[in-house]
Amino acid sequence: MINQIAALGRFGINIVRHYGRAGMMLFQVIYYRPSFRKGFPLLLQQIYAEGVLSLIIIIVSGAFIGMVVALQGYHTLSKFGASQQLGPLVALSVARELGPVVTALLFAGRAGSALAAEIGLMKATDQLSSMEMMAVDPVRRVIAPRFWAGCISMPILTIIFDTVAIYGAFWLGVHWLGMDSGSFWSNMQSAVDFRLDIVNGIIKSMVFGVAITWIALHQGYDAIPTSAGIANATTRTVVYSSLAVLGLDFILTAMMIGAW
Amino acid sequence: MEHFVDIQGLSFQRNDRFIFHDINMMIPEGKVTAIMGPSGSGKTTLLRLIGKQLEPSKGSITVAGKPLSTLNHDALYQLRKKMGMLFQTGGLFTHLDVFENVAFPLREHTTLSESMIHTLVLLKLEMVGLRSAGHLMPAELSGGMARRVSLARAIALDPDLILYDEPLTGQDPISMGVLLKLIRTLNDALGLTSIIVSHDVKEVLDIADLVYIIADTRIIAEGTPAILKQNNNPMLRQFMDGLPDGPVPFHYPGCSLMDDLMKEEA
Repeated sequence: MINQIAALGRFGINIVRHYGRAGMMLFQVIYYRPSFRKGFPLLLQQIYAEGVLSLIIIIVSGAFIGMVVALQGYHTLSKFGASQQLGPLVALSVARELGPVVTALLFAGRAGSALAAEIGLMKATDQLSSMEMMAVDPVRRVIAPRFWAGCISMPILTIIFDTVAIYGAFWLGVHWLGMDSGSFWSNMQSAVDFRLDIVNGIIKSMVFGVAITWIALHQGYDAIPTSAGIANATTRTVVYSSLAVLGLDFILTAMMIGAW
Repeated sequence: MEHFVDIQGLSFQRNDRFIFHDINMMIPEGKVTAIMGPSGSGKTTLLRLIGKQLEPSKGSITVAGKPLSTLNHDALYQLRKKMGMLFQTGGLFTHLDVFENVAFPLREHTTLSESMIHTLVLLKLEMVGLRSAGHLMPAELSGGMARRVSLARAIALDPDLILYDEPLTGQDPISMGVLLKLIRTLNDALGLTSIIVSHDVKEVLDIADLVYIIADTRIIAEGTPAILKQNNNPMLRQFMDGLPDGPVPFHYPGCSLMDDLMKEEA
């Protein structure tokens, strides 16, 4: 009985330590004043690695998801004689929910896992330790640029995903299903509110960007420096990030829905 | 200053297991000091404690007259600029070529012009015999070459103290000879203080001025190589002579083979 209580206590302490380390890492990233001369080129490199290299998967997924939503929406709406409302349906679904959430899930799988593996491998091969011994703080030099790059990339990727998905829906609705182009765009324009729909979607994507990048970087930085440890860190990054995105989406939607 | 590194009453434990228990060690300035001991005796841990990558459970470590426990983040990083460390794995940045690896600390800590950095990097690479290998990526280097590049990087900022973590492990005799020569030559030519962690007894004794032998959480012997060769401590003799069994047992501690077999049958 005592042993079980002790094991439970140890488990609790380990959880608190884990979150404490993650919190400290985030605090250091935010607290340290970046140096523009050294930091900006690193930030650009990371925006390329996390954002630009994720573009293909985001564009392809956006196009297909937009077309599928349009196809499903058109067949359902036409049962009620409301097929002309396809534009608003697609735009609202994509801008409010699908855009931020699907982009975040894809970003976690593509960039998040790569970040965790990269940092974990740097730790396992003593690159982070050697940086420390060269009086270069790895949190400033390695973690911070990756964190800010993730925070910047996610909203931009979401905007690109939304745009491509809406164009995919437009292409399918107008060129395949024969809808009128003017009514597609005008109905969409009158139904979508810039602040409530577009901006709220971007706010969601910014929150997801912080969560995913933080989880990925912490998992890599805290990984056990072995091949199995890095594999676990990568897996945990994708699982925790996906769950965090879905959980945060619910909370943010509940907070925003009052305004809708 | 007589002692560059001064360790007093140092204890370090992981969970409930002691790695070091109340050890004292003084590393003289300008000398090559070897820290040796069986695998798992905490030699690398000791280097990490000296670099303050780990915190001691008890005791104090003073480097260059500065007690490590009193240093804040900025003061610690200032002190680390006076240290170089050669890691067992090399610790080279895999996305940078040899030249950029050596240039890294110069770019981070100085505002030297590009041509000055180029000159300094070439000089450091020349010292380790790899001036013409600047364009190679770390994946293209042999183990010995990677450690020489790592050594060139470690001395890029002209440190006062250099820490070598198992520099000879896994090296062929030629690479080993090159590394030993470099360690001794650089120490004397640049006026460094060098600490080598190793279990290559014969080779390290040839270049060390002072030797500490660690085993079983404590220092079991210390002195010049000549003094250690005369020491008859059984644990020291087992280590120095490479005997498979002795005070450090061949078998991992546990119950007897018979008990294990009986347990299986039951």
